[in-house]
Amino acid sequence: MRGQPVPRMTVALAGNPNVGKSTLFNALTGLRQHTGNWPGKTVGIAEGKCRAKGGVFRFVDLPGTYSLSGGSEDERIAAEYISSGEADCTVVVCDGSCLERSLILALQILERTEKVVVCVNLIDEARRRGIHIDAGELSRLLGAPVVLTAAGKKRGLEELLERIAAAVPVTLPRSWPDPVAAAQEIARSCIRRTEDTSARWRSRVDEILVSRRFGIPIMLLLLLLILWITVWGANYPSELLGKLLDSGYFLLKRWLSAAPGWLSGVILDGMYATSARVISVMLPPMAIFFPLFTVLEDIGYLPRMAFLLDGKMCRCGGCGKQALTLCMGLGCNAVGVTGCRIIDSPRERLLAVLTNAMVPCNGRFPTLILLGSLFFGGAGGALAVAGFTVLGVLGAMAASGVLSRTALKHEQSTFLMEMPPLRRPRIGQILVRSLLDRTLHIAGRALKVAAPAGALLWLLAKCSLLGSAAAALDPFGKAMGMNGVILLAFLLSLPANELLIPVILMALTGAISLQGIGDAGGELLMAAGWTWRTAVCTMLFTVFHWPCATTLLTIRRETGSLKQTAAAFVLPTAMGILLCMMVKLLLG
Amino acid sequence: MEMGLERLPMGSGATVTAVNTAPALKNRLERFGMVPGTRVVPRYRSCDGTVTAVEFRGTVVALRTRDLRDIRVTRP
Repeated sequence: MRGQPVPRMTVALAGNPNVGKSTLFNALTGLRQHTGNWPGKTVGIAEGKCRAKGGVFRFVDLPGTYSLSGGSEDERIAAEYISSGEADCTVVVCDGSCLERSLILALQILERTEKVVVCVNLIDEARRRGIHIDAGELSRLLGAPVVLTAAGKKRGLEELLERIAAAVPVTLPRSWPDPVAAAQEIARSCIRRTEDTSARWRSRVDEILVSRRFGIPIMLLLLLLILWITVWGANYPSELLGKLLDSGYFLLKRWLSAAPGWLSGVILDGMYATSARVISVMLPPMAIFFPLFTVLEDIGYLPRMAFLLDGKMCRCGGCGKQALTLCMGLGCNAVGVTGCRIIDSPRERLLAVLTNAMVPCNGRFPTLILLGSLFFGGAGGALAVAGFTVLGVLGAMAASGVLSRTALKHEQSTFLMEMPPLRRPRIGQILVRSLLDRTLHIAGRALKVAAPAGALLWLLAKCSLLGSAAAALDPFGKAMGMNGVILLAFLLSLPANELLIPVILMALTGAISLQGIGDAGGELLMAAGWTWRTAVCTMLFTVFHWPCATTLLTIRRETGSLKQTAAAFVLPTAMGILLCMMVKLLLG
Repeated sequence: MEMGLERLPMGSGATVTAVNTAPALKNRLERFGMVPGTRVVPRYRSCDGTVTAVEFRGTVVALRTRDLRDIRVTRP
């Protein structure tokens, strides 16, 4: 093996959270693991392959950890994997801009396993901050090969692969009784510091972002701005996409003219029409929202937001990190629920999981926008989204507050959160990542649901089962200020919230009107007896009802408990029913 | 002069003499490298004062202000 390229090698990537492990993993394997500037994104273990240097490298991206001896789930996973000897070589990824802390983990890994390559990443950022690292000296002190990389710019990767292929067991000092002191000593002797040119603007911006006076207003403005750009910007492309898909409808209709009526009905009026509606309504806002939100993520704003909100969330029995997961829920609640893993205390994590779906996600924004603008005018759409989003957040906080004082009573946990340095956003990467990975992924998932659901809906409508089911539900719907059709639509859109409006239209007309819903849809709803009160109750129930199937499955996976999944179903639903009934009583 | 870390003015440095927080937090702080002898600088505090961001070993970490009382520091 000595020096020769190895035909097959398993390589573990270990390191502190947020040192660019996933960026390195993506750069090496060409995969697209989600990255962002906050600790705790990589959950579980990701794997990818890379052919180079005449061999195949199988990379295993371990979750970020600060140590191998701590008690958290991630630390256990990483420690077990490294000690198991499953990997032929372990790459310890260090952050060049805070080498000292990264080295604490590096030393622990060097004690546990033989073949180690130390990769000092983010070297470009370190240089900008006036930190110069002597790789030769570091390598001598650690007794392991050291490679300097800037994974985001694909620098140093060739050398890294060479070193991995040539990795031999480390021989030098195998034990550091006091790793913290040793790390400090080693870092001191191989770092040369020059003036940090970016320190001033960095700390100035940071001070403003978290300042007492401007912190919260800036945060609210940023969120409002993102929502406003999303709502306003999605209008035109939505319309265009709708028209485009309309022409597709007529094209398909011509093709299917010879087919029997029921077949063209299922395919055209069921599957195609439902999918087309879901796409035209859902894709544009997501394609705008996700890149914008990813910018916030990439510059490192999310931990600052958690910092600002910790005090308020504390009073509701949660912690600042819950605010962060609620924001992720704005994009997709399933993503928000997965994000709850960053919360350390199990009780607080459960609180965050149970209440996440009260924040309206991208799949529900279209409903809010549509009903808002139909019943309250053009600006009403934007106001409705903003207002009901705030209401959702308040609901989540109130529910957390009540639960943490009753069923989920717990000691206030300790709180410790790393605040990564602000980084310039990598716009190109953001666009690719958020468009391809998130938007298309979620749209694809919704389509998988929409097409079969459309077929089923059409059949139900044809057998007039939709009508009779709606009639049966009518008393319940009426009691909540809505009607049977709306309640049925909520039930049927369990697979994906985007289905709500298509189902309502299908139930009302027996077919999905592909004409711009703007005017025709409004008249249709009015004709079906809708008033502005109906719209308010429907929007309220849109925010507070059961999470969609994907989110429920995610909750089941994350909590491992059916009971807690059921609680996540019942809690927002009960709140929605109560709120709707109250509104109905108040508004008459 | 020894005092709790919460009393240190923003932007001024000190050296940790003892970490007397609850064991769970103490353990986590150790893993971040906060042990006696570590140099710390409080950077900023949230608007309601409940959280403080503290810089040490090249990183900034947010902690609850009331936990800072149990981190003892001396100023040169």
